[in-house]
Amino acid sequence: MWRRKLLNHIMMGLSTLSALVSILFLVWILKDLTVRGISAINWEFFAELPAPPGEEGGGIRHAIYGTMVITLMASAIAIPIGLLAGTYLSEYARHGRFGLMVRFLSDILLSVPSIIVGTFVYALMVRPMGTFSALSGAVALAIIMIPIILKTTDEVLQLVPDVVREAAYALGAPRWVVITKVVYRGATAGIMTGIILGIARIIGETAPLLFTSFSNNFWETNIFRPMATMTVLIFNYAMSPYESWQSMAWGASFILTVFVLILNMLSKFLFRGRKYG
Amino acid sequence: MERFKDRLFRGFAFASTLLVILVVIAMGILLLVQSRPAIEKFGFIQFIFRDVWNPVEDEFGGLYAVVGTLLSSAIAIAIATPVSIGIAIFITELSPSALRGIFSSVIELLAAIPSIIYGMWGLFVLAPILKHRVEPWMIEHLGFIPFFDGKPYGIGLFNAGIVLAVMIIPYISSIVREVFSLVPDIMKEAAYAVGATRWEVVRHVVIPYTRSGIMAGIILGLGRALGETMAVTFVIGNAYRIPSTIYEPSITIASSLANEFTEATTDLHLSSLFLLAFILFLITFVVMSIGRLIIMRMGRHVA
Repeated sequence: MWRRKLLNHIMMGLSTLSALVSILFLVWILKDLTVRGISAINWEFFAELPAPPGEEGGGIRHAIYGTMVITLMASAIAIPIGLLAGTYLSEYARHGRFGLMVRFLSDILLSVPSIIVGTFVYALMVRPMGTFSALSGAVALAIIMIPIILKTTDEVLQLVPDVVREAAYALGAPRWVVITKVVYRGATAGIMTGIILGIARIIGETAPLLFTSFSNNFWETNIFRPMATMTVLIFNYAMSPYESWQSMAWGASFILTVFVLILNMLSKFLFRGRKYG
Repeated sequence: MERFKDRLFRGFAFASTLLVILVVIAMGILLLVQSRPAIEKFGFIQFIFRDVWNPVEDEFGGLYAVVGTLLSSAIAIAIATPVSIGIAIFITELSPSALRGIFSSVIELLAAIPSIIYGMWGLFVLAPILKHRVEPWMIEHLGFIPFFDGKPYGIGLFNAGIVLAVMIIPYISSIVREVFSLVPDIMKEAAYAVGATRWEVVRHVVIPYTRSGIMAGIILGLGRALGETMAVTFVIGNAYRIPSTIYEPSITIASSLANEFTEATTDLHLSSLFLLAFILFLITFVVMSIGRLIIMRMGRHVA
């Protein structure tokens, strides 16, 4: 008996240990990020362009702008497409082979390595257009974002009870009005959750941008030209031999992570407050 | 008029689903088309087993990158699987039910951190610790195991494996946790009633009952690890060779794309990189399909 009890204690101890170690890693990463990141952040960091390599000072204004523009463009492409496709699956193809196949392919798209999406968009847009561009970066991020929004939309629309739809039909509303005015209303919180999760996911992406929006050390607003982003800047600066650049990379990483974590918690909060399910 | 609007709405919605299908198909085809020069020069299957990567002489082969990808993911899975199952046991069986949600949320936050952050952290924080503390200790005490001896590097397969493991643990553990909670209480109670300890219940009731779910979790985690780019690029060391110990630098398909794609000088070089991308696309497609199919089949049984 004592042998079985001992084994039980050992295994339960190991289980507790694995949970604690994982949480420890999270705390450890966030600690280093905060300690090294905060010291790099000051007013200049947000307001200036990069200083020449090796020199102190300078900021990453251009990359913050680039990340915002590219994320907004990607969202503008992905939200309507993901929303409509998710709506089709839930409202017109809930059962049956077609719906099953699209859901399967969308799940595959969700798990295609993001660098592959980058090479695909390179072949699709960058090569034919002859230049890296912010627009192609946005397309790459949109491809990553669409299946996220599709999946959540499909799932939350299915949670809206059929009686709600039937009540609207009984009033004589056509199908598209029922969907846009009634079903969407009932699932707003869920749809918003999907959109926020999608933005949180793409704003931290680096790999798909390496060969699409590329990088730029100057202020650039033309979306048909290469544009700096925070993530690609982190990659380039962290790999550089200059300590001042490495410290800027930590600063940018800190801001990015805080932002992504806030978005994630926001989505959890919204999800808890949703109406159905 | 309303009927027209109805059709229009449905048409747009349908077109959006077609676009999703089209993107997946176009991705496969376009990558294959771009890699044609490399396939014609080296042959598809031969390319995978060619152990050369020399941009100067324009000689390319996939073996180093394929081996590095498989090895780093294998290390990650070897670490992440027991830890994830442990986390699931802790959350479903041990933690007070009031804290369950908090523990799961905290561990899921690991999945939210952007991969480039993991890369920087692995390079600047983890690598020195591995090189000066952990790896020398492992070489001294575990060196008798094949591939565990040699020299400490800090940057290499082992570092990549650890970073990947931390990144996939939240995915695997959340799936395992979910399938664990599907086990009917009555089965566990029956085992407790005949005097089984907690571990015996987990070992002989919960795990056998959820075997295919655990498998699906591991496979989906593997799919993520195989294609992870930024974290690995920082810590793998980018060396085109077959590593002889688990500490040595190596290269993965994703990190070779990240490093060389914009610097490819010849068409053959670029096309070889596209071929690597196509191989990675195929591998993850197959791995993820298997994982999804297991989950879909399980869903039917549960429902």
